[in-house]
Amino acid sequence: MNPTGNSVRQLLSGNEAIALGAWEAGVRYASAYPGTPSTEILPALAQYAGVRAEWASNEKVALDAAVGASFAGARALAVMKHVGVNVAADSLMTLSYTGVGAGLVLVSADDPGAFSSQNEQDNRHYARFGKFPCLEPSDSQEAKEFTRLAFELSELFDTPVMLRSTTRISHSKSGVEVSMPDAPREFESLPPFERHPRKYVMIPAHARLRHPEVEARLKGLAVYAETCALNRVDWGDRRVGVICNGVAYQYAREVLAGFSFLKLGMTYPLPAGLIRDFAAEVETLVVIEELDPFIEEYVRSLGLDVIGKIGDEFFPWTGELSLARVREGALQAGLPVASLDSAAQSADAALAIPPRPPALCPGCPHRSVYFNLRKLKMLVAGDIGCYAIGVLPPFEEMDMLISMGASIGMAHGAKQAGCPDKVVATIGDSTFFHAGLSELASTIYNRGVTCTMILDNGTTAMTGGQDNPATGVTLQGETTQVIDIEATVRAMGVEHLWVVDALDVRGVEAAIKEATAIEDRPTVIVVNGACVFTPQFRRRPVVTVDRETCNGCGFCFRVGCPAILKSDELGAKTKRPKAQIDPLLCTGCTVCLQVCPRKAMYQTA
Amino acid sequence: MNQGTVNFLFVGVGGQGILTASDIAAEVGLQAGYDAKKSEVHGFSQRGGVVESHVRWGQDVGAPLAEKGTVDYLIATETLEAARWIEWLRPGGMVLVNEQRIVPMSVTVGDAEYPPDADILTVVRARTDDLRMVPGLATAERLGNPRLANTVLLGVLSTRLDVPPETWLEVVERRVPPKYVELNRQAFWEGRRLAEDV
Ligand SMILES: Cc1ncc(C[n+]2csc(CCOP(=O)(O)OP(=O)(O)O)c2C)c(N)n1
Ligand code: SF4
Repeated sequence: MNPTGNSVRQLLSGNEAIALGAWEAGVRYASAYPGTPSTEILPALAQYAGVRAEWASNEKVALDAAVGASFAGARALAVMKHVGVNVAADSLMTLSYTGVGAGLVLVSADDPGAFSSQNEQDNRHYARFGKFPCLEPSDSQEAKEFTRLAFELSELFDTPVMLRSTTRISHSKSGVEVSMPDAPREFESLPPFERHPRKYVMIPAHARLRHPEVEARLKGLAVYAETCALNRVDWGDRRVGVICNGVAYQYAREVLAGFSFLKLGMTYPLPAGLIRDFAAEVETLVVIEELDPFIEEYVRSLGLDVIGKIGDEFFPWTGELSLARVREGALQAGLPVASLDSAAQSADAALAIPPRPPALCPGCPHRSVYFNLRKLKMLVAGDIGCYAIGVLPPFEEMDMLISMGASIGMAHGAKQAGCPDKVVATIGDSTFFHAGLSELASTIYNRGVTCTMILDNGTTAMTGGQDNPATGVTLQGETTQVIDIEATVRAMGVEHLWVVDALDVRGVEAAIKEATAIEDRPTVIVVNGACVFTPQFRRRPVVTVDRETCNGCGFCFRVGCPAILKSDELGAKTKRPKAQIDPLLCTGCTVCLQVCPRKAMYQTA
Repeated sequence: MNQGTVNFLFVGVGGQGILTASDIAAEVGLQAGYDAKKSEVHGFSQRGGVVESHVRWGQDVGAPLAEKGTVDYLIATETLEAARWIEWLRPGGMVLVNEQRIVPMSVTVGDAEYPPDADILTVVRARTDDLRMVPGLATAERLGNPRLANTVLLGVLSTRLDVPPETWLEVVERRVPPKYVELNRQAFWEGRRLAEDV
């Protein structure tokens, strides 16, 4: 998507549209930590000339950097997934007190349905908690416009603004009017920093002075919400009036086509007057929104009677909405909508369809780690990344996972409390720099005795392969300092350290055995092996099964490789299928060859 | 609003290029003068899991996803996935199935079985007679690159829609790297030929 002079209607994802809106708003600095569904925003923005866009090591760092840029007078953007806001929340809550220099927008990309997240929290609560506005686009065109407007609002009201997207907004494409000037934007250089210690330095005495400003600002925003273009009434048949936001609006306007709508683009603060006036004009008031009854609670607090999810639970509190869920709810509530013709819902012929769980790729460096951890029956405190697949069959070798970086702390706590098992924490390179460093420091400081395995695959793979402090490349493609994990851990004082090749199955096993044999101090194993999607990855000659030697013991299936399949031939004694390898999928990592007890596999040169 | 909306559902396995294929279908819709939306589910599912992508063409498309039971064209790039998603099809809608089996991990490491093609087709036929099995992978391999299979499928699909093939090709060419343009053209026309000889 290259900037051109003419205006055209293009299909853009919500994320691309947010990037475009930020660029149109003149954003100078943007920082993010990757996380589905927000990840694509920064790479899109990074392509626009004149914008500095960076991967931060975590979300708090991303927001802090954006705050610095804003205080220095540059419009700034911080981007993260919903749970990332938890990490950044410490800064965010006080940023509400300081307000901004130039406009500052925080994009929170929520994940109703938890398609690729550890929870499905509803981040609109942060807007109320922190007392700053929340804007919610319902398609890509709005994603662009609302982002632009968010910057204006930020400056107008001296506040951070949260733009809340969801998976369905971020990852859907719809038409956007794109018009761009031919020339790249020229930024004037910033003037020297304007010092406002009573605004920007939140010592208690200053914070107490700022708090009344926050309350006053919120009142001003509530007035603005009554008349702003973000909130809009579409009058139709007044028998039913629907209040909705975000993607829920798109479902509602199909299922309840022809009725009246109050579409809220700003969901905090909410417009009491507008809602009351709308309610007064319609016979039956309905609120349709995903996840928590955030709008509905407010509507009820105004003393209005409403059909929603509180009490009768016509609409679900959990998961994504859909046309079907909105239709079902509307029907149950007795609203005048058509049911889908029954033929479409007729039961289909029954067939047991095997599930298709995610698997580690053929050649994945994480495979040998979980294979061995299982073999050695370790208790595993896991973390977030591709290696979370270690919890699924055939490994089923992860016992806890809660948030990024937590593996090390959980392992430490379990052990300090007296857990008799041998405990290993497993954490990826990106996650290590996200929150693992401080967790490891705490383990070392507190005379911890756990083993930490840092799985350095040279990328942030789970989210699609972003660079991070250990890779030596920035988001905008510059070469930079590689922060060496081994040296870092050594500098933290860990003496018992192993560095192993991920594709050396026995080497990994030996390191785990040796490290966990030490029971009076912390140990670290750095496992090096490139993710198959990185440029460092090298394909090697494929592995083939010698059908004569293979007896169908099935041991190699336990490495969980998608390239290893059951063949049609059964082992004479085992009566179980012999293995075969798909040569198109095999990368020649040889993990299966190394574990085959009968040496029935060979590498074809 | 439902009236006149054409719903496509592309389903398959992570890594099969579903997202590009559905992007192309959405862009063709826009180029042909429709309002178009597309929505995909990916993330954890990329690692060999199920991938689904919806495309809708219409005068004014609201929801980015079709409703279960209203899909007009179900395009499965993997055979088993046609059965998994069949409930999304409108009775009588069209199903396009790429003849390619990708065995799920639950079959390799567990007791689940990959059902025989005949069983899969029975399930599909219970909902529609309009079924096309397409040797997409075989055709693509013959052309020299297995990744062309989706373009073959798009070629077949294009014969069922009222949009000139040139529009499809224009979008395909915009979306693929220059050195693959010619191969993709061939794959697209192969698909159209396959659609003709029943
Ligand atoms: C607070 C938070 N931020 C971001 C994410 C999204 N996320 C999940 S895993 C992951 C990175 C994993 O990278 P790494 O630890 O290097 O493991 P890999 O996937 O490369 O194996 C990210 C960014 C998240 N789940 N939580
Ligand atoms: S993307 Fe990389 S790290 Fe993730 S499963 Fe595949 S090879 Fe492993």
